[in-house]
Amino acid sequence: MTETEPRGAPAPQTLAQKLLARASGRAHVDVGEIVNCRVDLAMFHDSSGPRRLKPMLEDLGARIWDPERVVLVMDHYVPERDEDSRRIVRIAREWAAEQRLPHVYDSIGICHVVLPQQGHLRPGLFCVGGDSHSPTGGAFGAYMFGIGSTEMLGVVVTGEIWVRVPQTIRLWWDGRLAPGLTAKDMMLAMTGRFGMNGADYQAVEFCGPAVQALSMPERMTMSNMSAELGAQAGLIAPDETTRAWLRGVGVADEAIQTAGWHTDDGAACTTHRFDAAALAPQVALPHSPANARDVGQAAGTPVHVAYVGACTGAKLEDLRAAAQVLRGRRVAEGVQLMVAPASVRDQQEAEQEGVMGVLRAAGAQLLPTACGACSGYGGGIPEGANVIATTARNFKGRMGVATAQVYLASPYTVAASALRGRISDPREVMA
Amino acid sequence: MTATTHRVWALGPDIDTDALAPGPYMKLGIDGIAPHCLEAVRPEFAAAVRPGDVIAAGPNFGIGSSREQAAAALVHLGVRAVIAPSFSGLFFRNAFNLGLLLLTCREAQRLTEGEQITLDLQALTVRAADGTVLPCEPIPAFLLDMVRAGGLMNQLRERLQSERAAAGAVS
Repeated sequence: MTETEPRGAPAPQTLAQKLLARASGRAHVDVGEIVNCRVDLAMFHDSSGPRRLKPMLEDLGARIWDPERVVLVMDHYVPERDEDSRRIVRIAREWAAEQRLPHVYDSIGICHVVLPQQGHLRPGLFCVGGDSHSPTGGAFGAYMFGIGSTEMLGVVVTGEIWVRVPQTIRLWWDGRLAPGLTAKDMMLAMTGRFGMNGADYQAVEFCGPAVQALSMPERMTMSNMSAELGAQAGLIAPDETTRAWLRGVGVADEAIQTAGWHTDDGAACTTHRFDAAALAPQVALPHSPANARDVGQAAGTPVHVAYVGACTGAKLEDLRAAAQVLRGRRVAEGVQLMVAPASVRDQQEAEQEGVMGVLRAAGAQLLPTACGACSGYGGGIPEGANVIATTARNFKGRMGVATAQVYLASPYTVAASALRGRISDPREVMA
Repeated sequence: MTATTHRVWALGPDIDTDALAPGPYMKLGIDGIAPHCLEAVRPEFAAAVRPGDVIAAGPNFGIGSSREQAAAALVHLGVRAVIAPSFSGLFFRNAFNLGLLLLTCREAQRLTEGEQITLDLQALTVRAADGTVLPCEPIPAFLLDMVRAGGLMNQLRERLQSERAAAGAVS
C-alpha cells in the first residue's frame, strides 16, 4: 500500500475528490462521475461477514482477492448468548482459520474502534466496511463507507468497487465547546438540523477550529455518525492530532502522510457554519436521532436505564466523561446504569486511570466490550423502559424491545441523568 | 423490458432498515426475516404481499443500517420495485446489488394503496391508474444491467465463468 501525496492538480479539489482520484488512479475526478476504485482495506464483522460471505464465495468457487487487506472483527454476536449466536460466531472463527486471515480481532471491542486502534487506518486510504457506521474511518482522512454483504462479496472477489464522486458539504464549527459538551452533542445538533438523510449520500467534511480542537476519539464519533446524516463519507482533514494518535497505536511515522489531504481553497462545496460555544447539550427523543433538542426540552423525563456503550459512546474519553459526573456519587434509586466499554484497550486504560472504579462505585453494571444492547444483540433492556444512551441510533425496537423509549445523549448527559433519575443538563451537576 | 402492471402498497416516509429487517430476527436466514418485514408499520404486509407488487413510499426509504437483508426481504417476498422520492444511499446500493429495482420519483406519494400502476423501464416512468405519468430519475445503465441480471452475484458468476473460459482457451 503506497499512498503518495496527491499531485498538484490545476483545478481546486475537495478532500473527497483527492481521495477518490488516488483510489481510482486518476489525477482528477469530477463530482457526479462514476469511478472504479481499488480497495486498500475491507473490514467486516461476525454479522455482516463470514456467515454471509462464506456460502457466496463457495457458490462462486472464488477466493479472497488479498487476505492481507481484509480485517475481521467479532463484535456483534459475542459473547455468544444462544444457539444461533454460537453458530454465527463458530462460522466466523472456522472460516477465519480456514482462510488464514491475518487480521482477526475476536471479542476485543467494536469494529469501528478496534480497526484504528490496531493501526489499520491512516490518511489517504480507500476502505469499505460491512457496517453502516464505517464512515468512522473518515476521522483519519481515509475515504471509508459502509456496504452490504453482497457488495462486500464483490470487493472480496475483485478488490474493486464503484463510487459516484460526491459533492462535499462542509460543516464548519467555530468557537470551542464548553465543559460538559462533546462531539456527540455536535452530531446530534447537526442530525436534528439536517435530518436522517439530509446529506443525501454526499460527503460531509467536518472542519473549523472546534473540530480541529477535538481529540481523535471525539473525531471518530463525528465521522461515525455521519451515517445518521445519510452521508456516504464523513471526512476530517488529517493533522498533527491525527499523526500523534496514530503513532501512539504503533503506526510508523513515515506511513502517516498528512500533507495535501485537505479541501483546496476555492473547491466547489457547500458550507454550513455552527458556533460550538453556543451549543447546549443535546438529547434525541424517541425514535430518531433527528429528534434532537436542547436538553432543557427533555429535562425531567424519568430514566430507568442509563447506557454508556457503543462505538460512539464508550471510548476512554466517554468513560472519563461519565466518571467526571459520577465521581463520589451513586446513581438514583431505581436507575440501572450499564457500562459497555467500546474496546478492551479503552477498558484497560480506564481501569488504570481509576475511571472504571468510579463508575463501579456509582453503581454501574459492567457489560462486555461488544456492540451489545446498542443494536439489540444483548444487554437486557426491560420492556417499557425509558432509556438514555450514548449510542448512535434510537429507532423503535433497535435496542431489542419495541416498547422502550430510547433517548440519545452524550456520556456527560447520560451520567447526569442516571445520577438524578431523570433527564438532566450535565452542566447543573458539574458546577 | 416492456411495460408491466403492478399493485401498489403505499407507505409513509422514513421507512428504516429495522422496519424492513427487524434486529431480533437478524440472526435468522432471509426466510426467517422476511415474514417480519415491515411488521412494525404494516403488520399484514409480509403475509398479504404478492409477487409483482410494488411499494410506493415517502422520502428516505431504507435509512439506517447497512444490513442488506432489508432489501433481500423485499426480494424474497417478490416485491418488484420500490418507488420513492428519495432513498438511503446505502440501501440504494444494496437493492441494486440484490436485483431490486428502485425508482426515484418525486411524486411517488401520489400513488395510493391498492392502485394498479404500469412501469415502463425503457422510458423510466410510472403510469398511475388514472393515466397520469410520473417521471423517474435516470438510472446508470450498469445498474439497470444489474437488475436485469438478477443482482451482482449473478454478474460475478458470469464474470468468473468467462475469465475461466478465457484462461482455459489460453492454456
